[in-house]
Order: sequence, then structure tokens, then C-alpha cells
Amino acid sequence: MESTSSLLQKQQKRSYYMWVVVFFLVIFTCLGSLYYCTLKIDYTWRWYRVPQYFFFNEEIEVRTDVAGSVEAIEETTDGTIIRINSDDGDSVDYAYPSKDVRLYEGDTVFEGDVLGSYREWRMGILLQGLWLTLKVSFIAIIFGIFLGLGAGLARISSNPAFKWLSITYIELVRGSPLLVQIFIWYFVLGTLVNTMLAQYGVSQIPPLWFGVASLATFTGAYVAEIVRSGIQSIHKGQTEASRSLGMTYTQSMYHVILPQAFIRIIPPLAGQFISLIKDSSLLGIIAIRELTKATREVVTTSLQPFELWFVCAILYLVLTFALSMLLQYLEKRMIHS
Amino acid sequence: MINVKNISKTFMVPHRVDALVDVSENIARGEVVVVIGPSGSGKSTFLRCLNRLETADKGKILIDGVDILHPKTDINKVRAEVGMVFQSFNLFPHKTVKNNVNLAQNVVRKRSSKEAEEITMALLDKVGIADKKNVYPDQLSGGQQQRVAIARALAMNPKAMLFDEPTSALDPEMIGEVLEVMKTLAKEGMTMAVVTHEMGFAREVADRVIFMDAGKIVEEGTPEHFFTNPSHDRTKLFLKQIL
Repeated sequence: MESTSSLLQKQQKRSYYMWVVVFFLVIFTCLGSLYYCTLKIDYTWRWYRVPQYFFFNEEIEVRTDVAGSVEAIEETTDGTIIRINSDDGDSVDYAYPSKDVRLYEGDTVFEGDVLGSYREWRMGILLQGLWLTLKVSFIAIIFGIFLGLGAGLARISSNPAFKWLSITYIELVRGSPLLVQIFIWYFVLGTLVNTMLAQYGVSQIPPLWFGVASLATFTGAYVAEIVRSGIQSIHKGQTEASRSLGMTYTQSMYHVILPQAFIRIIPPLAGQFISLIKDSSLLGIIAIRELTKATREVVTTSLQPFELWFVCAILYLVLTFALSMLLQYLEKRMIHS
Repeated sequence: MINVKNISKTFMVPHRVDALVDVSENIARGEVVVVIGPSGSGKSTFLRCLNRLETADKGKILIDGVDILHPKTDINKVRAEVGMVFQSFNLFPHKTVKNNVNLAQNVVRKRSSKEAEEITMALLDKVGIADKKNVYPDQLSGGQQQRVAIARALAMNPKAMLFDEPTSALDPEMIGEVLEVMKTLAKEGMTMAVVTHEMGFAREVADRVIFMDAGKIVEEGTPEHFFTNPSHDRTKLFLKQIL
């Protein structure tokens, strides 16, 4: 006869698996009904059209920019070299990596005539957008860390200038929408800076950098608050112990407080940086072709919005998931060392 | 060695508390002074004023002739000369025992790593914990942590040591090992100011006992006088309650 405790275990196990089944049922019902609805409106899924926006094989035509006659066509192991004797008496070589030749030796050519063509793999627009999102986020995170560390330390300083500047910065940034801040950076500060630069004859700063600046200052304010709470979460006995040994404020911060605070602030920092990656999707409005803008452009030309917006979301998910894994790894390593 | 003249300290946050009221005291070189009193009597504040962890509002404090309340005094120099041991140990949790003791030697005293290491090992040996040099503080018992904290303070070669209830956070069976280290220090002639509830230690080791209540020194004297024939009613009441 079975003991009552093993019966209880069995029952707990059964109810556990029942809820696992419920989980998958809910997921598949959602996906299924989505698919059913798309069938109802006669949407045709064309997933095979998506990969071309990541990589595509482009045919590139080689054209001559001189007029003259073809002197020699030489086939090499991995391509073709065409020598053209121009009317001015010079000879010009065109080398390209394929065997596709569109003319014969002795032919007369004019400027812009196609000599031959070759195919090359190119980065698609989605991949370019992904790369730009990654780049913009990375630079903004780096600047955001330094800005946040500085503002966070200033926030807890007893110096009123540092402290009030930091409070002003944090409250201004946290109290207004990022979208508005991007507009201010681009249309106000950007115009001012670029107009001034133009007056001094210096080259213009591209919109990308105003976008990065808006993200960095935005993140910096939140990082500052995270840094502040991290430092304040360290028991004040730590400061007292280090100061009682004769360390200065800076030494105590550097050797004792910050190393402990950093481990604690990694999880909230991870959340902040994940937000930053997602917020970078707003940069599309100032003509920075990051992932969201890139997707929107592809959607307008391909007319495959369903597939592409899902792909876009998944790409963001890949980025944020990778970042959160990286920071988790970092946290574990710091705790062990 | 330590001269305190008429210091007062009032805390305004969270509400007004007169922690010290016109306190004067002289501690000679090599003297061991034990400060006792009920909680909230100002004894910890008194000790913390001596290395300016709290800044006295009024009065004068001379440490080895240096006026620590003078704005031009480099307080970090004074603090390096006055070791402090806390109730809650306050070891640096992210550093090993050895590096806890090394850190201030490198950073404040600018000793070479090799020199610091030698001093550290000698001190860890002295407090009986040399075998734990590579472990982190959270793997040590309270008594062991407090002994490391004492070694950390001694590594600066202080001229005086302040002990702020060093055994109050310890399990009873670990109090002995910490007091033992403190007794050794006292025998070696270290100038010590000790806030404690360990009356046995006061009776055995102190040159002088100070009783504080409500921010004032009520009575002071030799341990014999203090424990056998206290003159003040408040002292009698306190001793009756704790002994």
C-alpha cells in the first residue's frame, strides 16, 4: 500500500503537469487565432521574401569611363581584366571578379558602356538598421555610464553647485518625454550648433550624433539615480571604517564604496540599458535609419508588414536578451572575484 | 595624549538630542580609559568626536597636541594616528582578510606591497588569525572578524585606539577572544579609550572608568573606587541594574 506522502507528491506532480499543458495551450491558441485571422483577411504569408532584406546578391555592372577601343580581354583565375585604349592614347585596365564579358577585342566603346558584370553579396537594409541600432545604443550606453557616474556622485556631494546641477539635470531629463528631448537635441541644439559651425566654416555634425547625445543624456539621468541608490545602499559603517583609517573621501569611494556598489547596481543598469536599446527606435523620426525606421522603409516597398514587423521585434529581442545575458555573466564574475 | 575641553554636540535630526553637554576629559599616553553608561548617554558620540567621525559643535579637542576642530587641520592625518574599532566590525566585504589589513597601509601610509604584507602577517599572527588570511570576511565568525578589524586598525601604527562597543555584537563565547587581544594591547602600553558593557574588562584592565549619563560625565575614578564605592546615586543605580 502506498504511503499518504507519496500520494501527495503524485498529486502535486499531476497538477504541475496540468498547468504546463495549460501554458502551451494558451500560447498555441494565441498563435493559432492570429494565423486564422490572417487567413480570413486573405493575407498571404511570404516568409521567403524576408531573407533578402538581410543579405542579397546584387548584380554590379562594370562600366568604362573612357571612350576608346578594347585592346585586350584577359581571363585570370578568378576574374577578367579588360584593357581599353582610350582615344587620348592612354590605356586603362578594368578588373572584376567574374567571367561575364559583354564585348569583344577590338570593339569600340563609349563612356558609360557596360564591359561586364559580377555578383556580390550585400548587407540588406534590415541588417544595416540592426547594425546602426547596435552602434547607436553602444555609444549611448558608454557615454551614459560616464555621465551617470559623474551626475550620481555629484548628486550625493555636499557641494551645492555639483549637487544642484545634478538635481536640475536629472529632474529635467526624467520629467520630459524622450521624444521631445530628441526633437530638442535635433531641431534646437542641432540647428544652433550646426549654424554656428557653418559661420566658422567648420563641417557639420550629422544628425546621428544628436540622436546619440539625446539617448546618452537621457540614460545618464537614470544611471545617475541608480548609481546614487547603489552608493547609498552601502552601509555607512563602510565609509566610517575607511575614513577612520585616514583615507580621503576619494580613496574611500574608489577602494571601498564603489567596488561594492557596482555589483549591486548591475541588475538595475541592465534594465536601463535594455530600455535604451528599445528607446533607440525613436531615432527614426530624425532620419536616422535604425532598425525600426529600416523596417518601416522595407514595409512600404515590400508590402509584407506582418512578417517584417515580427522580424523587427525578434531582432530587438535578440539584442536585449544578449545584453541581459552579458550583464548577468558580468555580475556572476564580479561576485566570484 | 587626548585632551578634550568643554565639548558639546547636539543632533537635530530626527529630533533635537543633546548628545554631549560640556564634556572635558584628559587621557594620558598609555592610559586605558573605559567609558560606561546607559544607552543614549553619549558615550559613543564622545568616542566618535575624538577622530571627528562626529564633529563637536563647541569646545576643543587636542590629539597629541593637534587641534582637530581647527579648519586647517588635515583630519586624515590625525585619523591615521588614531585607530578605531566598531561594534559592527565594518570589514570590507569585497576584500580578503589580508587585503583588508593591507589596503590602508598601501593607500594612506604608501607602504610598498612587500612591506605592508610583512606587517599584515605579523599583526594577523598577533590576533591569532594568520591561517585565515585569504578568506573573505563573511566566512569568519564575529569574534574572528573583530580581531581582523583590530589588526586593520593596528596596521597604521596608531598612537591611540578607540573601541566603540567592540564586543556588543558578538555571541557570548566569542567575547573572550576579542577581550584577550585588547588586554594584550593594554599591557603593551597602548593608549585606549573603550566604550563597553563588559564590566569584567573594565575592572581588570582599566586605569580609569568614566560613567556617563545624559551627555555628561557623572563620575570617574579607578575601577576599585568605581565598583566598590561609587559616590553618585545615578552610578549606584546603574551598577545595581547591570551587576
